Amino acid sequence: MTAVVNRTGAIRGDSILLLSTLRNERVRLPYFLRYYRDLGVNHFLIVDNGSDDGSREYLQQQSDVSLWVATGSYKASRFGMDWITALQRKYCHGHWTLVVDPDEFLVYPFCETRPLRALTDWLETSGIRSFSAMLLDMYPKGPMDAQPYREGQDPFEIAQWFDSANYSVKRNPGDGNLWVQGGPRARVFFRDRPKAAPALNKIPLVKWHRAYAYASSTHMLLPRGLNLTYDEWGGEKASGCLLHAKFLDTFAAKADEELERGQHYANSAEYRAYRDGLKTHPDLWCKWSEKYINWRQLEILGLMSKGNWA
Amino acid sequence: MSGPSSALVAPNGPLGFVMLCHTAFHRAAETARHWAERGCPVVIHVDRRVGRWSYDKFMADLSDLPNVRFSERFNCEWGTWGIVAATQKAAEVMLEEFPSVRHVYLASGSCLPLRPVKELIAYLDERPRTDFIESVTTEEVGWTIGGLNMERFTLRFPFSWRTQRWLFDRYVALQRRVGFRRTIPNGIVPHLGSQWWCLTRQTLSAILQGPDRTLYDRYFRRVWIPDESYFQTLVRQVSGNVESRSLTLSKFDFQGKPHIFYDDHLQLLRRSDCFVARKIWPNANRLYATFLSDDATAQAGGEPNPGKIDRLFSKAVERRVKGRPGLYMQSRFPNADWENGRTAAPYSVFQGFTDVFENFEGWLGKVTGTRVHGHLFAPDRVEFAGGEAVFNGAIPDSAALRDYNPRSFLANLIWATRGERQSFQFGPADNQTLNWFMALDGNAQISVISGAWAIPLFKSNRNFADIRREAARLQKIEIDHLAILRHSSAKARIRIWTLAEFIENPMEPLQTIVDEISPRSLRRLTEAPRMTDLAGFGQFLQNLRNQGMQPVLMGDFPAGGDLQPAEARRGRPYLVK
Repeated sequence: MTAVVNRTGAIRGDSILLLSTLRNERVRLPYFLRYYRDLGVNHFLIVDNGSDDGSREYLQQQSDVSLWVATGSYKASRFGMDWITALQRKYCHGHWTLVVDPDEFLVYPFCETRPLRALTDWLETSGIRSFSAMLLDMYPKGPMDAQPYREGQDPFEIAQWFDSANYSVKRNPGDGNLWVQGGPRARVFFRDRPKAAPALNKIPLVKWHRAYAYASSTHMLLPRGLNLTYDEWGGEKASGCLLHAKFLDTFAAKADEELERGQHYANSAEYRAYRDGLKTHPDLWCKWSEKYINWRQLEILGLMSKGNWA
Repeated sequence: MSGPSSALVAPNGPLGFVMLCHTAFHRAAETARHWAERGCPVVIHVDRRVGRWSYDKFMADLSDLPNVRFSERFNCEWGTWGIVAATQKAAEVMLEEFPSVRHVYLASGSCLPLRPVKELIAYLDERPRTDFIESVTTEEVGWTIGGLNMERFTLRFPFSWRTQRWLFDRYVALQRRVGFRRTIPNGIVPHLGSQWWCLTRQTLSAILQGPDRTLYDRYFRRVWIPDESYFQTLVRQVSGNVESRSLTLSKFDFQGKPHIFYDDHLQLLRRSDCFVARKIWPNANRLYATFLSDDATAQAGGEPNPGKIDRLFSKAVERRVKGRPGLYMQSRFPNADWENGRTAAPYSVFQGFTDVFENFEGWLGKVTGTRVHGHLFAPDRVEFAGGEAVFNGAIPDSAALRDYNPRSFLANLIWATRGERQSFQFGPADNQTLNWFMALDGNAQISVISGAWAIPLFKSNRNFADIRREAARLQKIEIDHLAILRHSSAKARIRIWTLAEFIENPMEPLQTIVDEISPRSLRRLTEAPRMTDLAGFGQFLQNLRNQGMQPVLMGDFPAGGDLQPAEARRGRPYLVK
């Protein structure tokens, strides 16, 4: 991993940092950066894994982005987590740190009126080190390629829909984290192989310490106490959602490309299932799909919680 | 006093503010300036742990104001004497240097005035002798931290609760064990209350200049969290007019941390009619811009009315502590028996009814107005009402997905259909994983006609050897299930009839079940579902017996003649009320 442009000198003691690994996401980047700048992210640390679509050149020009290039294998680097961990150890100690993919958009309680710093300040005074945000797969109505995504566009103008109560929650006894699966991917692509359905539990926002590490993507952390983002005695802890803008017209091409590269989890079983599923089920929408309005709706539906933040 | 660089300041009035600050000094400075410019002297204490640079900047920011003072600095670690010492010193400065002051208001750097200060002055002018300080006896408080009420006053606390919790707890336990008790001087009665008060000059000076001050200070120095008890206790010695409430709106969550106000609380704060609120998030630009401007038009100006804010915060605490019953999600995953309701709403489970009646599902839907599903736990697919492939919440009919996590499946279904009661069929051929879960669920109404699973076998066109094997299997499963339902710990509303019992008199059980589902309607059933033809069923059971399989769950069926529902009750039951 080598630095293309290192602007980490601009990081201040209280900066909120965002880390991401990406490959060929040029069309998504303008909206992605704008979304998180508006929430109050102060600096972006991005690892480019061999983009050839102009992503690198674009990111280089952004004054709040530090960019590294990793030419190695995505798979061999634990799906990018080794690169992220190295950057975290070096630059993130003592900072609130958000790790997301370019198609993941954080919503949290009061996010339309309170910036991310209001949340991190509150977490800090409440003695909370890690904040859970479940991945919520969003999808369009009709075939995925019917409405092409334009650069700079809010992807959720297209992918407006989600499954409201179709999630399996289990406890992972070893690591103490919850294992959430379900949503449209389980409903359509994995209905006969539920165990293989992708994990949706994520803990993307952490007050980082150099001794911490993500164990498996952002699903699981070490030390294990960081995974206890849920209450076990009937109460609700505060949590958010990562709106997942994966299912756009870009998806089919991505699935083909990623399958070709074979660089994903479990031999890209997920992409294989998608590609097979896409041939027969081009539409993830069903008549019980819920149309996205705002975080309050997600709260009422029980997908996230305000906890005791009021 | 006022030099050329001085700000425009109104003459000092009867109200002065003591401000305790330790962070966000630019905001504290704005608030102090707001008060000072409106004729309220301000004495500021800054925590000694704050660095020189911040302190100097803070002082410089306010240097143009002639009626602002900075007082001697103390370490203000939470729960320690430093906060009281700081308050005493600052209050002394106030009383000494600003003779016009009649009421001293203790505020923090994260307080914000919600109403024009002249309204607060007018309010106090009408009550010139009243001390506003929350002051209640230890028996009456329900909000203390660490489970310590009276013991705050009778034990010693040399260790920090925040940083030396283990030693703190051990030392408390040790003192309890040996029966250690400090004596309370002069027999004063300890009182507790919010740290934020507003006292008259007479009361405050009587406390600060009282003959026993050294005695009390020495005692309270070793009391735990003295800032919530020093003034609250001593005010009772010297004041004849204590109004036991704080003029500062300040709410605490279940961990004893103050709730914080943000820009989106603007309307709520405005309508609260409170004079001062804490704690304000330092970056709440709109709150500061709104409430520190004089445009904030005077409202009706009644008594402070924090009711709505109280409700908002108590609801938040309840959500954190109790959560929403029946919800399992990323940040709520209760351990067994801590669910506070295993499911979100009442639902009904029917076992055997579709075997006995030919049109049970349609009939039940019509009579109760509930959603009636088929066998949700059938082995091949989820039989949603109307044969739907996907149901509320986008739950699919895949048996594999359901069986991967049956509890999530059922909890999701009940959660997603809140407001519409769900009923479904169940039987020994279905997935039995949730038998305990449902039996222990107070929301479940489980009605079983035992042995009814034999009816479809009786009617089937299968070889008798297969039938016998299947009958033995189903009977074993149902026996296990009934044992669970009859267990003493079961919480569901459970009713069990044998097939023979039920057939003899079907209307009474049906009426009971329907009444329980829709208690308000209490209609007499006029139409019964159509019972299936059971001619020859007795003989069928006898054949099973003859082949060595003992059917035990059906009750008494005579081998020859068939059971019939009691004639008199047929047709129009319950004509007589």
